Amino acid sequence: MSRAATEGFRWRKPPFIANPALRYGIWLAVAAYLAWAVSSIPIDPQRIVAGFPRAAQIFGGAIPPDFARWQLLLSGFLESIQIALIATAVGVVLSVPLAILSARNVVPVPVYVLGRATVITARSFHPVIVAIIFVKAVGFGALAGILTLIVYTIGFVSKLLAEAIEEIDWGQVEAMQAAGANYLKVLLYAVAPQVMPRQIGLALYQLDINLRASTVVGIVGAGGIGSTLMNAFGRYDYDFAFAILIAIISLVFATEIVSGRIRRGIS
Amino acid sequence: MSDVGGYRWVRRSAAERLARFAAWLVVVALLVWSVRGVDIFWPWVVDAPAQIADLLGRMSPPDPSNLDLILAAMLQTIHIATLATLLALVLALPVAYLAAQNTSPNGATLALGRLIVVSTRSVNTIIWALLFVAIFGPGPLAGILAVAFRSIGFLGKLIAEAIEEIDRRPVEAMEATGANEAKVIAYGVVPQVLPTFFAVSILRWDINIRESTVLGLVGAGGIGLLLQGAIDTFKWQEVSLILLAILSVVVAGEFVSGWLREKVI
Repeated sequence: MSRAATEGFRWRKPPFIANPALRYGIWLAVAAYLAWAVSSIPIDPQRIVAGFPRAAQIFGGAIPPDFARWQLLLSGFLESIQIALIATAVGVVLSVPLAILSARNVVPVPVYVLGRATVITARSFHPVIVAIIFVKAVGFGALAGILTLIVYTIGFVSKLLAEAIEEIDWGQVEAMQAAGANYLKVLLYAVAPQVMPRQIGLALYQLDINLRASTVVGIVGAGGIGSTLMNAFGRYDYDFAFAILIAIISLVFATEIVSGRIRRGIS
Repeated sequence: MSDVGGYRWVRRSAAERLARFAAWLVVVALLVWSVRGVDIFWPWVVDAPAQIADLLGRMSPPDPSNLDLILAAMLQTIHIATLATLLALVLALPVAYLAAQNTSPNGATLALGRLIVVSTRSVNTIIWALLFVAIFGPGPLAGILAVAFRSIGFLGKLIAEAIEEIDRRPVEAMEATGANEAKVIAYGVVPQVLPTFFAVSILRWDINIRESTVLGLVGAGGIGLLLQGAIDTFKWQEVSLILLAILSVVVAGEFVSGWLREKVI
């Protein structure tokens, strides 16, 4: 009996979504969406075909990379690094009060909502968009880049620091309050020591991110190597542009290794 | 107060204090170097808050006269993000297979996989967009390719890590029954990686919405094109509406992706 039941039965992999209606429904929805999305994107096959020889031309022009103007490359890079360092320092300091304001357990709810909204707004905009606004407000150059990365740093560090504050051991806060400490002292002696290691780790991580971002804000005129890259690209100077790209990739790679090592050393 | 029986409690040893002092010294030295070296016209810094306030004043109230155009462009931005994420997934799977230590055929393929992961991640979306606009001309196609190429490294890295963390036993069981390589992957590896695969894709989709908002600044489609146009023609009230539209879509995307990720994990 049981033998008969197993014969003619083929084992199938159990599906990821058990409910068949939901499973096929999702597939159908995905297919419908894809059809809609793809049809809404103007795609010109002739343009694509024409693109391949153009790609060959660009890569042909880019190889070998041209490091002859290494002084220009170096000065662009130094500016990027300076922008990243200043922005990280200012941003990390400014993110502390904002993180306190947006941590649910240390401030009243209305303040928390306001703080969180500020952090979310800072986080939602891509640094390049923030950069283009700052370039219009304060002019071309490193200042716009620094302001952009300060906003970027605040959005990221405040959020994670606020989460760290929300996860602290509350016993120390109660002990301080029982001893009669005021609000500021509770923050300084019960909250700060618990989140300090996290904040230093975040600062290093953000420096890593800012070094990376500082290479692109220049594309919209906010200083650093991005401006150099944009100029090279605009003049069809592909071999110099490729040299800059290689340098950016190496910088990103190097900072990733260094910051990883420092963070391991601290924690 | 801190002297107890001739002992004085100190938090850190002399060596620790020295190390901390040295670390602070390095930080301060780097900052001093940066502030002195950076090319800034200091009177502009003093003037900056007034300028920013002035700009914000000119931005309010938001001007909704081109709302239909903005909504259409936002929709295109979301389409770009979604299609790019899907394309990136297709491209990232073989890369993840090569970049995971336990599935990569040999050392050379492992190195190749990791090189692809690092280099696509290091080149920013907007630089990829510059390249694809130069190749395929301005438009959303260049944007999709740019966002997709940027995502390959992120997806490949996280999926490769998931592959490296799988339970070896199902794979060994499959091999012991004589299954070939393709079957081992399909039935031994894929089911274990699938939840991470979905979670990582949704996370990347969320990030890609944000990335897609800037493509238009270099001509690669989406809302950035309108933003650039409004900025260039000094229509600051329209700029503020576009910024509000970006903010709401990004926040909504974050909610959707958080909800979806809870569903799949």
